[in-house]
Amino acid sequence: MKMTPDQTVFWGHGFITINLTLVTTWAIMLFMVLGAKLITRNLKSNNKISRWQCVLEMIVTSINEQINDVGLPKPELYIGFIGTLFLFVAMCNFWIILPWYQPPTGSLSTTTALALCVFLSVPYFGIQKSGIGGYLKTYIQPTFIMLPFNIVSELSRTLALAVRLFGNIMSGVMIIGILLSITPLFIPIVMKALGLLTGMVQAYIFSILATVYIAAAVQESVKKDKKIKQQKLTTN
Amino acid sequence: MDNDTAIAMASIITAGLTTGIGCMFPALSEGKSVATALSSIAQQPDAAPTITRTLFVGLAMIESTAIYCFVVSMILIFANPFWNHVIAK
Repeated sequence: MKMTPDQTVFWGHGFITINLTLVTTWAIMLFMVLGAKLITRNLKSNNKISRWQCVLEMIVTSINEQINDVGLPKPELYIGFIGTLFLFVAMCNFWIILPWYQPPTGSLSTTTALALCVFLSVPYFGIQKSGIGGYLKTYIQPTFIMLPFNIVSELSRTLALAVRLFGNIMSGVMIIGILLSITPLFIPIVMKALGLLTGMVQAYIFSILATVYIAAAVQESVKKDKKIKQQKLTTN
Repeated sequence: MDNDTAIAMASIITAGLTTGIGCMFPALSEGKSVATALSSIAQQPDAAPTITRTLFVGLAMIESTAIYCFVVSMILIFANPFWNHVIAK
């Protein structure tokens, strides 16, 4: 039984191999980029907007709202990263409605790459927002004793992000594979519907967790901004 | 019973136990958290969006422990390093 789409190799030379994961990932990337390009070709700001622009606006607005709710003010700075993560993972998990499709998120290499992006984005946004000193200060919060725990948690949560997404999607694929050999008539469809739900929830969870991690890194400067605002209010 | 059989038996039994126990306790704790979230939504319907979002994140965290157990048992069955060693021998 094929556990991951990594095992379907089309072409290999040395350590470079082109497998199903790569092909599907690039196909989805192309689809998303071309779709976004086509929709945003002629944007309008009057009352008569096209249907697709309406859909895209709804998506962008709701992602912005979610990011803001979790605790990141000015979501426009982060939607480029978090929104892309969400849409990519959601797209990967959504196309399981097609027959013979194997989700690239069911391969540990894809999810590790995504988790590494989150891992690197945390210091990026943290330093951008509050400087190197301010970012490094988050490691000794609340006291200096917590330094090793904070470092370990940074690593373990990256591992957890990768394995969570991989495990959820892979288990869905496995269950469908096993059920196909036992009760091939209707039950796999039900499990596929459940897999669709799990996939959407996992995409949401992945991006929400990325948001929470970034929010924890930029918290210092957000707090400072609030303090300054409150002082201004009291002095006024 | 020779060593190969012992390795195979230990892997299969451990894989079953891992998934069994690893599904039991996350299921209990997920039920507990959902029940608490539902009762708090019933008390404060205004806070429903916040509670739901936190519930989802928490559920994913709890569920990931079950998923770790599942991944371990899958490794034991399909990609067991000890069994690969036996096969190579």
